[in-house]
Amino acid sequence: MPDQPPLLKCSALDIDIGSIIVTRGLEFTIEPGQCWCVLGRNGIGKTTLLHTLAGLRASAPESIELNATPLHQLSRREVARKLGIVLQHCEDNFPATVMETVLQGRHPHLHNWQWESGVDHAIATQAIEQLGLGGYEARNVQTLSGGERQRVSIATLLAQQTELMLLDEPTNHLDLHHRVQVLDTLVSHGRETNSAVLMALHDINLAARFADHVLLLLGNGESRLGRKEQILETATLERLYDHPLTRVETPLGPAWLPQ
Amino acid sequence: MHQTRTRPLLLTLITTTLLAGWFSLNSGSVPVNVWDAIQHPQTLNAQVLWELRLPRTLTAFVTGALLGIAGALMQVLLRNPLADPYILGVSGGASVGALLAILAGAGSLALQSSAFAGALFSTLLVFSLAHGRGNWDTTRLLLTGVVLAAGWGALISLLLATSPGTHVHGMLFWLMGDLSSATVPVTGSLVLILIALPALLLSASLNLLSGGELRAASLGVAIGRLRITIYILASLATATAVTQAGNVGFIGLIAPHILRLTGARDHRVLLPGVIFLGGTLLLVADALSRRVIAPGQLPVGILTALIGVPLFLYLLYRAGSTYDA
Repeated sequence: MPDQPPLLKCSALDIDIGSIIVTRGLEFTIEPGQCWCVLGRNGIGKTTLLHTLAGLRASAPESIELNATPLHQLSRREVARKLGIVLQHCEDNFPATVMETVLQGRHPHLHNWQWESGVDHAIATQAIEQLGLGGYEARNVQTLSGGERQRVSIATLLAQQTELMLLDEPTNHLDLHHRVQVLDTLVSHGRETNSAVLMALHDINLAARFADHVLLLLGNGESRLGRKEQILETATLERLYDHPLTRVETPLGPAWLPQ
Repeated sequence: MHQTRTRPLLLTLITTTLLAGWFSLNSGSVPVNVWDAIQHPQTLNAQVLWELRLPRTLTAFVTGALLGIAGALMQVLLRNPLADPYILGVSGGASVGALLAILAGAGSLALQSSAFAGALFSTLLVFSLAHGRGNWDTTRLLLTGVVLAAGWGALISLLLATSPGTHVHGMLFWLMGDLSSATVPVTGSLVLILIALPALLLSASLNLLSGGELRAASLGVAIGRLRITIYILASLATATAVTQAGNVGFIGLIAPHILRLTGARDHRVLLPGVIFLGGTLLLVADALSRRVIAPGQLPVGILTALIGVPLFLYLLYRAGSTYDA
């Protein structure tokens, strides 16, 4: 198999928020088909890390590469064709339908004077259905519940059809059923299209179940990363969350319950 | 709103504009027969038409169009449905410039230059103050603009309170919006085209900007450049409109909302629509301002409020269900 450049590569990535050190010399790569999970305490810098990887926050040149091209050399539109991100918060200042919102995911692939084609509508419709929102197309996003609105954001990401999908706490506001269903949809979508997922999660057990790689932000720039089987250990997780945990074995794999 | 519905909407708006223009040409203290005036160009009839009515009608359309587009741009720039073209103090600066010119007994050209200079000064002042030490953000821009607008308001009150009685009436008329000294809007039309073309090209990006800056950036929009461009376009449109006709209120605020309530939320439809709707509204308001107390005239700003408020409330009431569904 020819040597393909990784979808994303970090070399000696340093991220700071004022005096808080998020990462120091972070080195990692994301390959197609992988599902990464970022875990860490509140305020540790997960959102900042995701925003930096997405190019929404400045970083040192050459420290982040998308398909072997340095991030800072790409225009915003070029980045948006390769990388999509679901942000933690969304603003709905003006009324808009679900379909209009999801269709905006097609923007990076269109010119400013182009209208969305039938193909774009089909892609958006499929994404809406994949997130279980069939029938919601004409609903005003301002009237949706938190969980429904969250799923609209994720549908927009799917409609963007990028090789790399970043999600910042995608399971916020989602009920138990939708948490599992949405992550399942994302991971299968990733495998089917040979794209990669990187998401920040609060739930260790969802991470253990759906991810194959994890990145732990332990604070003060320290991080641990690798395959989940090697990194997810009770002692490390207790240190990560500063909370005692009990490991439980289930048919679906290990789970950790807080004491 | 799908693209296939754009054409009927725009055709409707262009038709209403032409009808409103016709209404405007036929309104005023002197009864003018338009067909007669075209056939007999040397009569008083024709003079009133060509030298007074037509320039005024054209100016009303151009001013309304500029206000409409400025309002739509301000609302998306500040991501605030309550924004209007005057929110960042452009009209305040223009007003102070105009009032000072009136006080100095200046003629029409000096008055317009002074108003435009005031508008430009205010625009630059807000921009540089909001920029501050780092990259400006929307909240900072809004606060700076609103505070400066309030400052201009205080200056306007001071000028009104201390000016001799002979000037005050003229000042008040200007402040409420007045098209009585309108000339053929050559500059205004050029500015309108100069602003409309780039704005229309940026429509798709504007749709995305409505949903937040980070989200727009993540979908491929270069938000830094876009913000400055919208600010300049909106300020220039407002400055030109205010220079031509004084402070005409409501149009910049309600024209975009009226269109959104009819389903034209996409800026690719909203922007061309708001040009014709803004123009229509001001044409009708100005025509009425010449009819209501004929042969006297009311400041057009009063009419825009009298028409705009009930019209908007009615549409809001009608659309109530679509907001909930």
